[in-house]
Amino acid sequence: MPHDHHDHLSPSGHPYRADDDHPLTYWQQMEIAVRELLIEKGVTTAAEINAQIDAMDARNPANGAAVVARAWTDPAFREDLLKDASAATRDMGFDIGPMKLIALENTAEVHNVVVCTLCSCYPRNLLGLPPDWYKSRAYRSRTVKEPRKVLAEFGVDLPDATQVRVHDSTADMRYVVIPARPAGTDGWDADRLAALVTRDSMIGTGLAKTPDSA
Amino acid sequence: MSAPQFMRVRADMPPGHVRTPAYLRGKTGWVERRLGPFPNPESLAYGLEGQALPLLRVRFTMAEVWGADTSHPDDTIDAEIYAHWLEPAEAPHAP
Repeated sequence: MPHDHHDHLSPSGHPYRADDDHPLTYWQQMEIAVRELLIEKGVTTAAEINAQIDAMDARNPANGAAVVARAWTDPAFREDLLKDASAATRDMGFDIGPMKLIALENTAEVHNVVVCTLCSCYPRNLLGLPPDWYKSRAYRSRTVKEPRKVLAEFGVDLPDATQVRVHDSTADMRYVVIPARPAGTDGWDADRLAALVTRDSMIGTGLAKTPDSA
Repeated sequence: MSAPQFMRVRADMPPGHVRTPAYLRGKTGWVERRLGPFPNPESLAYGLEGQALPLLRVRFTMAEVWGADTSHPDDTIDAEIYAHWLEPAEAPHAP
């Protein structure tokens, strides 16, 4: 093998990624069969399915960033968001479908971080699809047991005086973290602030960007 | 503020679809807030009608879940647990 390794490298020197031309799995076949039956029986159409995929792909962390930035700048909205995050985000104009959302506020005293140990529950209807690591066994199992170590690996080192609250998204609710507003942003409007709000800061594995790092 | 309401998660290990994480079974926490009712996912998973159940957010200390020698015993874990998995309990320690 040591002599033929160059066969596996592209002209730029990177290994080729293996083709994924393996047979369909049981559940892939099941999904195709159910989808085709639903179309055949007139329950839905291919166009409707594509429209739903487009709608989900159009959702992205910028939606959440707009919500967070408004909570930072509009005290009445912040109160509404903490009381009923589903209603507050809908009132703001986001189509979150039937999602039941809880907003968790980070402060100097408390740092919230969200995980789903059972599967990969994530506020997709607001933030779009989750990052791959969110679904990994390592993130799911370690975050409830050693959250500070996991956070440190994401570059978030918290003082002992800050309490860490892990939220295991086990059932019907979904969670979005409101990161702490960075210092040095007095007088910024919501649009400018939204650029500081990262996807990870709304999961709790990151902090909002600071003005000098943005 | 009223006194915290302590609840113990049943320590059962039934087969089938359950949305109560195994690492919390037998552990005691306090009610953070009440939600629901939501249909029981243990029935929904099999195409049956789920009985509407209260869902409670229960907060546990790291000390309760992982033992007193865990690195930050006062950090917490919140989880949503359906009412039929919970029974009233005494405080294991100060919340």
